[in-house]
Amino acid sequence: MNTKTGLLVRREFQGYLQTPIAMFLLVIFSVLSVALTFYIGNFFEREIADLRPFFQFHPWIYLFLVPAVGMRLWSEEYRSGSAELLLTLPVTTAQVVLAKFLAGWLLLGCALLMTVPMWISVNILGDPDNGVILTGYVSSWLVSGTFLAISSSVSASTQNQVVAFIVSAVLCFMLLMAGWPLVLEPVALLAPQWLIDGIARLSVLVHFSSMARGVLDGRDVLYFTALMFLGLIMTWASVEMKKAS
Amino acid sequence: MASIVAHSLTRLYGSNKAVDALSFEVASGTVLGFLGPNGAGKSTTMRMLTGFLRPSAGRAVINGHNLETDALAARQALGYLPEGAPMYPEMGVGEFLTFIGEIRGLRGHQLTAALERVVSQLDLGAVMDQSIGTLSKGFGRRVGIAQAMIHDPDVLILDEPTDGLDPTQKIQVRQLIQAMSKDKIIVISTHILEEVEILCNRIMVIAQGQLKLDDTPDGVRRLSRYANAVSLVVDEPQAAASKLSTLAEIAHVEVRRGRITAFPRESEAIGPAVYALAQRERWSISEFHLESGRLDDVFAQITGATPDEH
Repeated sequence: MNTKTGLLVRREFQGYLQTPIAMFLLVIFSVLSVALTFYIGNFFEREIADLRPFFQFHPWIYLFLVPAVGMRLWSEEYRSGSAELLLTLPVTTAQVVLAKFLAGWLLLGCALLMTVPMWISVNILGDPDNGVILTGYVSSWLVSGTFLAISSSVSASTQNQVVAFIVSAVLCFMLLMAGWPLVLEPVALLAPQWLIDGIARLSVLVHFSSMARGVLDGRDVLYFTALMFLGLIMTWASVEMKKAS
Repeated sequence: MASIVAHSLTRLYGSNKAVDALSFEVASGTVLGFLGPNGAGKSTTMRMLTGFLRPSAGRAVINGHNLETDALAARQALGYLPEGAPMYPEMGVGEFLTFIGEIRGLRGHQLTAALERVVSQLDLGAVMDQSIGTLSKGFGRRVGIAQAMIHDPDVLILDEPTDGLDPTQKIQVRQLIQAMSKDKIIVISTHILEEVEILCNRIMVIAQGQLKLDDTPDGVRRLSRYANAVSLVVDEPQAAASKLSTLAEIAHVEVRRGRITAFPRESEAIGPAVYALAQRERWSISEFHLESGRLDDVFAQITGATPDEH
Protein backbone atom coordinates (compact mmCIF):
# COMPACT_ATOMS: atom_id res chain seq x y z
CA MET A 1 0.00 0.00 0.00
CA ASN A 2 1.53 3.33 -0.94
CA THR A 3 1.89 6.08 1.63
CA LYS A 4 -1.00 8.28 0.50
CA THR A 5 -3.45 5.37 0.56
CA GLY A 6 -2.12 4.50 4.03
CA LEU A 7 -2.66 8.08 5.24
CA LEU A 8 -6.19 8.05 3.86
CA VAL A 9 -6.95 4.69 5.52
CA ARG A 10 -5.67 6.03 8.84
CA ARG A 11 -7.83 9.17 8.57
CA GLU A 12 -10.93 7.19 7.62
CA PHE A 13 -10.38 4.64 10.38
CA GLN A 14 -9.80 7.36 12.99
CA GLY A 15 -12.97 8.99 11.68
CA TYR A 16 -14.89 5.86 12.70
CA LEU A 17 -13.31 5.84 16.13
CA GLN A 18 -14.13 9.53 16.67
CA THR A 19 -17.84 8.97 16.05
CA PRO A 20 -20.28 6.57 17.79
CA ILE A 21 -20.28 4.37 14.64
CA ALA A 22 -17.40 2.16 15.75
CA MET A 23 -18.83 1.59 19.22
CA PHE A 24 -22.29 0.94 17.75
CA LEU A 25 -20.90 -1.59 15.30
CA LEU A 26 -18.66 -3.42 17.76
CA VAL A 27 -21.31 -3.71 20.45
CA ILE A 28 -24.21 -4.66 18.17
CA PHE A 29 -22.18 -7.24 16.27
CA SER A 30 -20.77 -8.85 19.42
CA VAL A 31 -24.11 -8.98 21.22
CA LEU A 32 -26.12 -10.18 18.21
CA SER A 33 -23.67 -12.81 17.01
CA VAL A 34 -23.29 -14.31 20.48
CA ALA A 35 -27.01 -14.09 21.36
CA LEU A 36 -28.06 -15.76 18.08
CA THR A 37 -25.47 -18.49 18.63
CA PHE A 38 -26.78 -19.36 22.06
CA TYR A 39 -30.53 -18.80 21.67
CA ILE A 40 -31.22 -19.82 18.06
CA GLY A 41 -28.09 -21.76 17.10
CA ASN A 42 -28.50 -24.19 20.05
CA PHE A 43 -24.81 -23.92 20.85
CA PHE A 44 -24.96 -26.00 24.05
CA GLU A 45 -27.71 -28.46 22.99
CA ARG A 46 -25.62 -29.63 20.01
CA GLU A 47 -22.81 -30.70 22.35
CA ILE A 48 -20.23 -30.15 19.58
CA ALA A 49 -17.18 -27.99 20.18
CA ASP A 50 -17.26 -25.86 17.02
CA LEU A 51 -18.38 -22.41 15.90
CA ARG A 52 -20.71 -23.34 13.02
CA PRO A 53 -23.81 -22.06 14.90
CA PHE A 54 -21.88 -18.83 15.48
CA PHE A 55 -20.81 -18.22 11.87
CA GLN A 56 -24.11 -19.21 10.24
CA PHE A 57 -25.78 -15.99 11.37
CA HIS A 58 -23.01 -13.63 10.27
CA PRO A 59 -24.32 -12.94 6.71
CA TRP A 60 -27.71 -12.02 8.20
CA ILE A 61 -26.19 -9.68 10.74
CA TYR A 62 -24.03 -8.11 8.01
CA LEU A 63 -27.17 -7.58 5.96
CA PHE A 64 -28.07 -4.48 7.97
CA LEU A 65 -24.82 -3.75 9.83
CA VAL A 66 -22.56 -3.40 6.78
CA PRO A 67 -24.88 -1.05 4.84
CA ALA A 68 -24.98 1.04 8.06
CA VAL A 69 -21.19 1.38 7.84
CA GLY A 70 -21.11 1.74 4.05
CA MET A 71 -23.90 4.29 3.67
CA ARG A 72 -21.72 7.15 4.93
CA LEU A 73 -18.59 6.31 2.94
CA TRP A 74 -19.44 8.68 0.08
CA SER A 75 -22.94 10.06 0.74
CA GLU A 76 -21.68 11.98 3.76
CA GLU A 77 -18.68 13.37 1.84
CA TYR A 78 -20.94 14.73 -0.91
CA ARG A 79 -23.65 15.93 1.48
CA SER A 80 -21.24 17.87 3.71
CA GLY A 81 -19.14 19.13 0.78
CA SER A 82 -15.92 17.60 2.14
CA ALA A 83 -15.66 15.59 -1.10
CA GLU A 84 -14.63 18.87 -2.73
CA LEU A 85 -11.70 19.10 -0.35
CA LEU A 86 -10.78 15.41 -0.49
CA LEU A 87 -10.93 15.04 -4.27
CA THR A 88 -8.85 18.15 -4.92
CA LEU A 89 -5.95 16.86 -2.83
CA PRO A 90 -3.06 15.29 -4.76
CA VAL A 91 -4.51 11.76 -4.55
CA THR A 92 -6.18 9.64 -7.20
CA THR A 93 -9.85 8.64 -7.06
CA ALA A 94 -8.72 5.00 -6.93
CA GLN A 95 -6.62 5.68 -3.81
CA VAL A 96 -9.56 7.33 -2.04
CA VAL A 97 -12.00 4.57 -3.05
CA LEU A 98 -9.61 1.86 -1.86
CA ALA A 99 -8.76 3.68 1.39
CA LYS A 100 -12.38 4.24 2.35
CA PHE A 101 -13.14 0.58 1.69
CA LEU A 102 -10.10 -0.71 3.58
CA ALA A 103 -10.84 1.46 6.63
CA GLY A 104 -14.43 0.17 6.76
CA TRP A 105 -13.31 -3.42 6.21
CA LEU A 106 -10.71 -3.04 8.93
CA LEU A 107 -13.44 -1.87 11.31
CA LEU A 108 -15.54 -4.91 10.41
CA GLY A 109 -12.46 -7.04 11.06
CA CYS A 110 -12.20 -5.46 14.51
CA ALA A 111 -15.83 -6.39 15.16
CA LEU A 112 -14.94 -9.99 14.27
CA LEU A 113 -11.89 -9.87 16.55
CA MET A 114 -14.18 -8.86 19.41
CA THR A 115 -15.69 -12.35 19.19
CA VAL A 116 -12.38 -14.16 19.72
CA PRO A 117 -13.50 -15.05 23.30
CA MET A 118 -16.03 -17.37 21.60
CA TRP A 119 -13.12 -19.17 19.92
CA ILE A 120 -11.29 -19.41 23.23
CA SER A 121 -14.47 -20.70 24.92
CA VAL A 122 -14.95 -23.65 22.53
CA ASN A 123 -11.30 -24.57 23.04
CA ILE A 124 -11.89 -24.65 26.77
CA LEU A 125 -15.13 -26.63 26.39
CA GLY A 126 -13.78 -29.21 23.95
CA ASP A 127 -11.31 -29.94 21.16
CA PRO A 128 -12.49 -28.07 18.07
CA ASP A 129 -10.83 -28.07 14.63
CA ASN A 130 -9.18 -24.63 14.81
CA GLY A 131 -8.46 -24.69 11.08
CA VAL A 132 -12.20 -24.81 10.38
CA ILE A 133 -12.79 -21.96 12.81
CA LEU A 134 -10.05 -19.87 11.18
CA THR A 135 -11.60 -20.52 7.74
CA GLY A 136 -14.94 -19.49 9.24
CA TYR A 137 -13.48 -16.19 10.39
CA VAL A 138 -11.87 -15.58 6.97
CA SER A 139 -15.11 -16.39 5.13
CA SER A 140 -17.09 -14.14 7.46
CA TRP A 141 -14.66 -11.25 6.87
CA LEU A 142 -14.86 -11.85 3.10
CA VAL A 143 -18.68 -11.67 3.21
CA SER A 144 -18.50 -8.40 5.15
CA GLY A 145 -16.01 -7.02 2.60
CA THR A 146 -18.26 -8.03 -0.28
CA PHE A 147 -21.27 -6.32 1.27
CA LEU A 148 -19.15 -3.26 2.07
CA ALA A 149 -17.93 -2.94 -1.53
CA ILE A 150 -21.56 -3.10 -2.73
CA SER A 151 -22.62 -0.53 -0.13
CA SER A 152 -19.71 1.71 -1.14
CA SER A 153 -20.83 1.73 -4.79
CA VAL A 154 -24.41 2.60 -3.77
CA SER A 155 -23.20 5.30 -1.36
CA ALA A 156 -21.16 6.90 -4.15
CA SER A 157 -24.24 7.29 -6.29
CA THR A 158 -26.48 9.15 -3.80
CA GLN A 159 -26.16 11.96 -1.24
CA ASN A 160 -28.99 10.47 0.82
CA GLN A 161 -27.68 8.09 3.47
CA VAL A 162 -31.10 6.51 4.12
CA VAL A 163 -31.48 5.70 0.42
CA ALA A 164 -27.93 4.35 0.39
CA PHE A 165 -28.69 2.12 3.37
CA ILE A 166 -31.95 0.72 1.99
CA VAL A 167 -30.67 0.10 -1.56
CA SER A 168 -27.47 -1.49 -0.23
CA ALA A 169 -29.43 -3.77 2.13
CA VAL A 170 -31.76 -4.85 -0.69
CA LEU A 171 -28.85 -5.58 -3.07
CA CYS A 172 -27.00 -7.53 -0.40
CA PHE A 173 -30.17 -9.48 0.43
CA MET A 174 -30.67 -10.39 -3.25
CA LEU A 175 -27.06 -11.53 -3.48
CA LEU A 176 -27.45 -13.51 -0.29
CA MET A 177 -30.61 -15.21 -1.52
CA ALA A 178 -29.55 -15.63 -5.17
CA GLY A 179 -29.52 -19.43 -4.95
CA TRP A 180 -32.83 -19.70 -3.11
CA PRO A 181 -36.35 -20.18 -4.53
CA LEU A 182 -37.30 -16.68 -3.37
CA VAL A 183 -35.08 -15.25 -6.11
CA LEU A 184 -34.86 -18.19 -8.53
CA GLU A 185 -38.59 -18.94 -8.94
CA PRO A 186 -39.60 -15.50 -10.27
CA VAL A 187 -36.52 -15.52 -12.57
CA ALA A 188 -37.38 -19.05 -13.80
CA LEU A 189 -40.62 -17.74 -15.29
CA LEU A 190 -38.74 -15.57 -17.76
CA ALA A 191 -35.10 -16.63 -17.97
CA PRO A 192 -33.43 -19.61 -19.68
CA GLN A 193 -31.93 -22.42 -17.56
CA TRP A 194 -28.31 -21.31 -18.05
CA LEU A 195 -29.14 -17.90 -16.57
CA ILE A 196 -30.94 -19.49 -13.61
CA ASP A 197 -27.91 -21.71 -12.98
CA GLY A 198 -25.64 -18.69 -13.23
CA ILE A 199 -27.71 -16.71 -10.73
CA ALA A 200 -27.81 -19.69 -8.37
CA ARG A 201 -24.01 -19.80 -8.40
CA LEU A 202 -23.90 -16.10 -7.39
CA SER A 203 -25.39 -16.80 -3.97
CA VAL A 204 -23.22 -15.53 -1.12
CA LEU A 205 -24.72 -18.18 1.16
CA VAL A 206 -23.56 -21.05 -1.04
CA HIS A 207 -19.95 -19.83 -1.09
CA PHE A 208 -20.00 -18.78 2.56
CA SER A 209 -21.46 -22.08 3.79
CA SER A 210 -18.82 -24.00 1.92
CA MET A 211 -16.00 -22.00 3.52
CA ALA A 212 -17.62 -21.93 6.97
CA ARG A 213 -17.58 -25.75 6.94
CA GLY A 214 -13.79 -25.51 6.62
CA VAL A 215 -13.57 -26.17 2.88
CA LEU A 216 -11.03 -23.67 1.59
CA ASP A 217 -11.80 -23.60 -2.15
CA GLY A 218 -9.96 -21.12 -4.35
CA ARG A 219 -13.17 -20.56 -6.35
CA ASP A 220 -14.96 -19.28 -3.23
CA VAL A 221 -12.11 -16.87 -2.44
CA LEU A 222 -12.08 -15.78 -6.09
CA TYR A 223 -15.86 -15.25 -5.95
CA PHE A 224 -15.66 -12.89 -2.95
CA THR A 225 -12.57 -11.12 -4.30
CA ALA A 226 -14.22 -10.61 -7.69
CA LEU A 227 -17.36 -9.16 -6.12
CA MET A 228 -15.33 -6.79 -3.96
CA PHE A 229 -13.31 -5.70 -6.99
CA LEU A 230 -16.52 -5.16 -8.96
CA GLY A 231 -18.02 -3.07 -6.14
CA LEU A 232 -14.89 -0.92 -5.92
CA ILE A 233 -14.74 -0.45 -9.71
CA MET A 234 -18.40 0.66 -9.65
CA THR A 235 -17.60 3.07 -6.79
CA TRP A 236 -14.68 4.51 -8.74
CA ALA A 237 -16.86 4.87 -11.86
CA SER A 238 -19.59 6.60 -9.84
CA VAL A 239 -17.14 9.14 -8.37
CA GLU A 240 -15.56 9.80 -11.77
CA MET A 241 -18.97 10.19 -13.39
CA LYS A 242 -19.93 12.74 -10.73
CA LYS A 243 -16.97 14.85 -11.84
CA ALA A 244 -18.31 14.88 -15.37
CA SER A 245 -22.07 14.85 -14.84
CA MET B 1 6.77 30.57 -12.06
CA ALA B 2 3.12 30.22 -11.12
CA SER B 3 0.56 30.22 -13.91
CA ILE B 4 -3.07 29.40 -14.61
CA VAL B 5 -4.30 28.88 -18.15
CA ALA B 6 -7.97 28.32 -18.85
CA HIS B 7 -8.63 27.46 -22.46
CA SER B 8 -12.26 27.54 -23.64
CA LEU B 9 -13.45 26.09 -20.32
CA THR B 10 -17.03 24.97 -20.77
CA ARG B 11 -19.33 23.19 -18.38
CA LEU B 12 -22.80 21.90 -19.18
CA TYR B 13 -25.45 20.88 -16.66
CA GLY B 14 -27.91 19.08 -18.92
CA SER B 15 -28.59 21.60 -21.69
CA ASN B 16 -27.69 24.56 -19.46
CA LYS B 17 -24.26 26.12 -20.04
CA ALA B 18 -23.02 27.02 -16.56
CA VAL B 19 -19.66 28.10 -17.98
CA ASP B 20 -19.37 29.03 -21.63
CA ALA B 21 -15.96 28.89 -23.34
CA LEU B 22 -14.08 30.79 -20.66
CA SER B 23 -10.47 31.59 -21.62
CA PHE B 24 -7.91 33.49 -19.58
CA GLU B 25 -4.34 33.38 -18.33
CA VAL B 26 -3.02 34.43 -14.95
CA ALA B 27 0.63 35.05 -14.10
CA SER B 28 2.63 35.15 -10.87
CA GLY B 29 2.02 38.09 -8.57
CA THR B 30 -1.66 38.37 -9.47
CA VAL B 31 -4.46 38.59 -6.95
CA LEU B 32 -7.47 37.93 -9.12
CA GLY B 33 -10.91 38.92 -7.91
CA PHE B 34 -13.53 36.67 -9.39
CA LEU B 35 -16.88 38.47 -9.40
CA GLY B 36 -20.34 37.67 -10.60
CA PRO B 37 -23.92 37.41 -9.40
CA ASN B 38 -25.18 34.20 -7.80
CA GLY B 39 -25.37 31.39 -10.37
CA ALA B 40 -22.96 33.17 -12.75
CA GLY B 41 -20.62 30.18 -12.88
CA LYS B 42 -17.89 31.33 -10.46
CA SER B 43 -17.87 28.26 -8.23
CA THR B 44 -18.20 25.95 -11.25
CA THR B 45 -15.14 27.61 -12.80
CA MET B 46 -13.20 27.27 -9.55
CA ARG B 47 -14.17 23.63 -9.32
CA MET B 48 -12.86 23.04 -12.84
CA LEU B 49 -9.62 24.90 -12.00
CA THR B 50 -9.08 22.59 -9.03
CA GLY B 51 -10.05 19.36 -10.79
CA PHE B 52 -13.17 18.67 -8.72
CA LEU B 53 -15.29 19.00 -11.86
CA ARG B 54 -14.29 17.89 -15.32
CA PRO B 55 -14.89 20.46 -18.07
CA SER B 56 -17.43 19.48 -20.74
CA ALA B 57 -14.98 21.10 -23.16
CA GLY B 58 -11.72 23.01 -22.92
CA ARG B 59 -8.91 22.56 -20.44
CA ALA B 60 -7.35 24.04 -17.33
CA VAL B 61 -3.59 24.08 -16.83
CA ILE B 62 -1.91 24.88 -13.48
CA ASN B 63 1.83 25.63 -13.54
CA GLY B 64 2.06 23.87 -16.89
CA HIS B 65 0.25 20.74 -15.62
CA ASN B 66 -2.97 19.86 -17.43
CA LEU B 67 -5.66 18.95 -14.87
CA GLU B 68 -6.90 16.15 -17.13
CA THR B 69 -3.63 14.45 -17.99
CA ASP B 70 -1.35 15.47 -15.10
CA ALA B 71 -3.88 15.97 -12.31
CA LEU B 72 -1.73 15.10 -9.30
CA ALA B 73 1.07 17.55 -10.17
CA ALA B 74 -1.51 20.26 -10.90
CA ARG B 75 -3.33 19.66 -7.60
CA GLN B 76 -0.04 19.60 -5.69
CA ALA B 77 0.72 23.08 -7.04
CA LEU B 78 -2.51 24.56 -5.73
CA GLY B 79 -4.26 25.13 -2.45
CA TYR B 80 -8.03 25.33 -2.40
CA LEU B 81 -10.58 26.65 0.03
CA PRO B 82 -13.97 25.39 -1.21
CA GLU B 83 -17.15 27.40 -0.69
CA GLY B 84 -18.31 27.07 2.94
CA ALA B 85 -14.91 25.61 3.99
CA PRO B 86 -16.12 21.99 4.32
CA MET B 87 -13.92 19.81 6.54
CA TYR B 88 -14.22 16.81 8.86
CA PRO B 89 -16.08 17.92 12.01
CA GLU B 90 -14.95 14.96 14.13
CA MET B 91 -11.23 15.69 13.58
CA GLY B 92 -9.13 17.91 15.83
CA VAL B 93 -7.66 21.03 14.19
CA GLY B 94 -4.06 19.91 14.69
CA GLU B 95 -4.85 16.38 13.53
CA PHE B 96 -6.61 17.72 10.40
CA LEU B 97 -3.80 20.12 9.44
CA THR B 98 -1.23 17.36 10.01
CA PHE B 99 -3.21 15.01 7.76
CA ILE B 100 -3.43 17.61 4.97
CA GLY B 101 0.27 18.40 5.32
CA GLU B 102 1.20 14.71 5.10
CA ILE B 103 -1.04 14.10 2.10
CA ARG B 104 0.68 17.07 0.46
CA GLY B 105 4.03 15.38 1.01
CA LEU B 106 5.32 17.23 4.10
CA ARG B 107 7.22 15.15 6.66
CA GLY B 108 9.28 15.65 9.82
CA HIS B 109 10.78 19.11 10.27
CA GLN B 110 9.11 20.42 7.11
CA LEU B 111 5.71 19.45 8.45
CA THR B 112 6.40 20.90 11.90
CA ALA B 113 7.61 24.17 10.38
CA ALA B 114 4.61 24.37 8.04
CA LEU B 115 2.21 23.76 10.94
CA GLU B 116 3.91 26.43 13.06
CA ARG B 117 3.76 28.88 10.15
CA VAL B 118 0.03 28.51 9.40
CA VAL B 119 -0.91 28.36 13.10
CA SER B 120 0.95 31.62 13.66
CA GLN B 121 -0.29 33.34 10.47
CA LEU B 122 -3.92 32.46 11.16
CA ASP B 123 -3.76 32.66 14.95
CA LEU B 124 -4.96 29.09 15.51
CA GLY B 125 -2.90 28.25 18.59
CA ALA B 126 -5.87 28.34 20.94
CA VAL B 127 -7.92 25.79 18.98
CA MET B 128 -5.32 23.23 17.91
CA ASP B 129 -6.72 20.57 20.24
CA GLN B 130 -10.36 21.43 19.60
CA SER B 131 -12.49 19.36 17.21
CA ILE B 132 -13.44 21.15 13.98
CA GLY B 133 -17.17 20.63 14.56
CA THR B 134 -17.06 22.77 17.71
CA LEU B 135 -15.30 25.76 16.11
CA SER B 136 -16.96 29.11 15.48
CA LYS B 137 -17.55 30.04 11.84
CA GLY B 138 -14.60 32.42 11.91
CA PHE B 139 -12.17 29.83 13.27
CA GLY B 140 -13.56 27.24 10.86
CA ARG B 141 -12.84 29.54 7.92
CA ARG B 142 -9.32 30.21 9.18
CA VAL B 143 -8.63 26.48 9.52
CA GLY B 144 -9.90 26.12 5.93
CA ILE B 145 -7.44 28.77 4.76
CA ALA B 146 -4.64 27.16 6.80
CA GLN B 147 -5.14 23.78 5.10
CA ALA B 148 -5.10 25.49 1.68
CA MET B 149 -1.74 27.18 2.32
CA ILE B 150 0.03 24.61 4.51
CA HIS B 151 2.25 23.42 1.64
CA ASP B 152 2.99 26.99 0.51
CA PRO B 153 1.44 26.45 -2.94
CA ASP B 154 2.14 28.59 -6.01
CA VAL B 155 -1.58 28.94 -6.68
CA LEU B 156 -4.23 29.62 -4.04
CA ILE B 157 -7.90 29.43 -4.96
CA LEU B 158 -10.12 30.79 -2.21
CA ASP B 159 -13.90 30.76 -2.43
CA GLU B 160 -15.19 33.53 -0.14
CA PRO B 161 -12.19 33.44 2.24
CA THR B 162 -13.44 36.11 4.68
CA ASP B 163 -17.05 34.95 4.94
CA GLY B 164 -17.94 34.63 8.64
CA LEU B 165 -14.88 36.49 9.92
CA ASP B 166 -15.22 39.46 12.26
CA PRO B 167 -13.74 42.81 11.09
CA THR B 168 -10.41 42.25 12.86
CA GLN B 169 -10.06 38.75 11.43
CA LYS B 170 -10.96 40.06 7.96
CA ILE B 171 -8.14 42.62 8.15
CA GLN B 172 -5.77 39.88 9.36
CA VAL B 173 -6.64 37.54 6.46
CA ARG B 174 -6.46 40.38 3.92
CA GLN B 175 -3.00 41.34 5.19
CA LEU B 176 -1.96 37.70 4.92
CA ILE B 177 -3.19 37.48 1.32
CA GLN B 178 -1.38 40.70 0.42
CA ALA B 179 1.84 39.47 2.03
CA MET B 180 1.70 36.17 0.11
CA SER B 181 0.75 37.68 -3.24
CA LYS B 182 4.21 38.69 -4.50
CA ASP B 183 5.27 35.39 -6.02
CA LYS B 184 1.96 33.53 -6.13
CA ILE B 185 -1.33 33.56 -7.91
CA ILE B 186 -4.27 34.08 -5.58
CA VAL B 187 -7.76 33.73 -6.98
CA ILE B 188 -10.54 35.02 -4.75
CA SER B 189 -14.23 34.62 -5.30
CA THR B 190 -16.16 37.08 -3.18
CA HIS B 191 -19.33 39.10 -2.96
CA ILE B 192 -17.56 41.87 -1.07
CA LEU B 193 -16.49 44.54 -3.57
CA GLU B 194 -14.60 46.43 -0.88
CA GLU B 195 -12.40 43.35 -0.50
CA VAL B 196 -11.71 43.27 -4.24
CA GLU B 197 -10.72 46.95 -4.20
CA ILE B 198 -8.31 46.39 -1.30
CA LEU B 199 -6.75 43.09 -2.37
CA CYS B 200 -6.92 42.53 -6.09
CA ASN B 201 -4.76 43.80 -8.92
CA ARG B 202 -7.00 42.14 -11.51
CA ILE B 203 -10.75 41.74 -11.71
CA MET B 204 -12.77 39.31 -13.78
CA VAL B 205 -16.54 39.63 -13.94
CA ILE B 206 -18.49 36.60 -15.07
CA ALA B 207 -22.21 36.47 -15.82
CA GLN B 208 -24.29 33.74 -17.47
CA GLY B 209 -21.11 31.67 -17.60
CA GLN B 210 -19.32 34.15 -19.84
CA LEU B 211 -16.42 36.47 -19.18
CA LYS B 212 -17.86 39.97 -19.25
CA LEU B 213 -14.89 41.99 -18.07
CA ASP B 214 -11.20 41.41 -17.36
CA ASP B 215 -9.20 44.44 -16.23
CA THR B 216 -7.30 46.10 -13.41
CA PRO B 217 -9.37 47.75 -10.63
CA ASP B 218 -8.45 51.19 -12.05
CA GLY B 219 -9.46 50.06 -15.52
CA VAL B 220 -12.79 48.77 -14.19
CA ARG B 221 -13.43 51.97 -12.27
CA ARG B 222 -12.80 54.01 -15.43
CA LEU B 223 -15.78 52.21 -17.00
CA SER B 224 -18.04 53.52 -14.28
CA ARG B 225 -20.23 56.50 -15.06
CA TYR B 226 -18.80 57.94 -11.84
CA ALA B 227 -15.27 58.01 -13.28
CA ASN B 228 -14.05 61.64 -13.01
CA ALA B 229 -17.44 62.75 -11.70
CA VAL B 230 -17.49 65.45 -9.03
CA SER B 231 -19.71 65.32 -6.00
CA LEU B 232 -20.14 68.34 -3.76
CA VAL B 233 -22.32 69.65 -0.98
CA VAL B 234 -23.27 73.34 -1.11
CA ASP B 235 -25.82 75.55 0.65
CA GLU B 236 -28.27 75.80 -2.26
CA PRO B 237 -27.93 72.55 -4.20
CA GLN B 238 -30.77 73.02 -6.74
CA ALA B 239 -29.50 76.43 -7.90
CA ALA B 240 -25.92 75.15 -8.03
CA ALA B 241 -27.01 72.09 -10.04
CA SER B 242 -28.71 74.34 -12.61
CA LYS B 243 -25.52 76.37 -13.02
CA LEU B 244 -23.38 73.22 -13.29
CA SER B 245 -25.53 71.74 -16.02
CA THR B 246 -24.70 74.74 -18.24
CA LEU B 247 -21.01 73.77 -18.36
CA ALA B 248 -20.03 72.20 -21.69
CA GLU B 249 -17.83 69.55 -20.00
CA ILE B 250 -20.75 68.20 -17.95
CA ALA B 251 -23.15 65.60 -19.35
CA HIS B 252 -25.72 65.76 -16.58
CA VAL B 253 -26.18 66.58 -12.92
CA GLU B 254 -27.96 64.69 -10.16
CA VAL B 255 -29.05 65.96 -6.75
CA ARG B 256 -29.71 63.43 -3.99
CA ARG B 257 -30.20 64.28 -0.32
CA GLY B 258 -28.53 67.65 -0.80
CA ARG B 259 -25.49 66.15 -2.54
CA ILE B 260 -24.80 67.20 -6.13
CA THR B 261 -23.06 64.81 -8.50
CA ALA B 262 -21.86 66.18 -11.83
CA PHE B 263 -21.07 63.58 -14.51
CA PRO B 264 -18.53 64.42 -17.26
CA ARG B 265 -18.85 63.89 -21.01
CA GLU B 266 -16.43 61.22 -22.28
CA SER B 267 -14.99 60.67 -18.76
CA GLU B 268 -12.97 63.94 -18.99
CA ALA B 269 -11.60 65.48 -15.80
CA ILE B 270 -14.13 68.15 -14.78
CA GLY B 271 -12.83 68.97 -11.30
CA PRO B 272 -11.06 72.23 -12.26
CA ALA B 273 -14.07 73.50 -14.24
CA VAL B 274 -16.51 72.75 -11.40
CA TYR B 275 -14.20 74.30 -8.83
CA ALA B 276 -13.72 77.43 -10.97
CA LEU B 277 -17.51 77.80 -11.32
CA ALA B 278 -17.97 77.38 -7.56
CA GLN B 279 -15.41 80.12 -6.91
CA ARG B 280 -17.04 82.47 -9.44
CA GLU B 281 -20.48 81.89 -7.96
CA ARG B 282 -19.11 82.09 -4.39
CA TRP B 283 -20.85 78.90 -3.30
CA SER B 284 -20.35 77.86 0.28
CA ILE B 285 -18.82 74.38 -0.21
CA SER B 286 -18.81 71.96 2.73
CA GLU B 287 -17.66 68.90 0.71
CA PHE B 288 -15.91 68.55 -2.65
CA HIS B 289 -14.98 65.11 -3.88
CA LEU B 290 -13.40 63.87 -7.11
CA GLU B 291 -14.82 60.42 -7.93
CA SER B 292 -12.52 57.77 -9.38
CA GLY B 293 -15.35 55.43 -10.38
CA ARG B 294 -17.25 52.72 -8.53
CA LEU B 295 -16.93 48.96 -8.90
CA ASP B 296 -20.52 48.38 -7.76
CA ASP B 297 -21.76 50.65 -10.54
CA VAL B 298 -19.77 48.75 -13.20
CA PHE B 299 -20.83 45.42 -11.71
CA ALA B 300 -24.47 46.47 -11.96
CA GLN B 301 -24.05 47.69 -15.54
CA ILE B 302 -22.40 44.46 -16.66
CA THR B 303 -24.44 41.87 -14.85
CA GLY B 304 -27.78 43.63 -14.79
CA ALA B 305 -27.87 43.20 -11.02
CA THR B 306 -28.35 46.07 -8.64
CA PRO B 307 -25.34 46.60 -6.36
CA ASP B 308 -27.36 45.39 -3.37
CA GLU B 309 -28.07 42.06 -5.03
CA HIS B 310 -24.50 40.85 -4.71
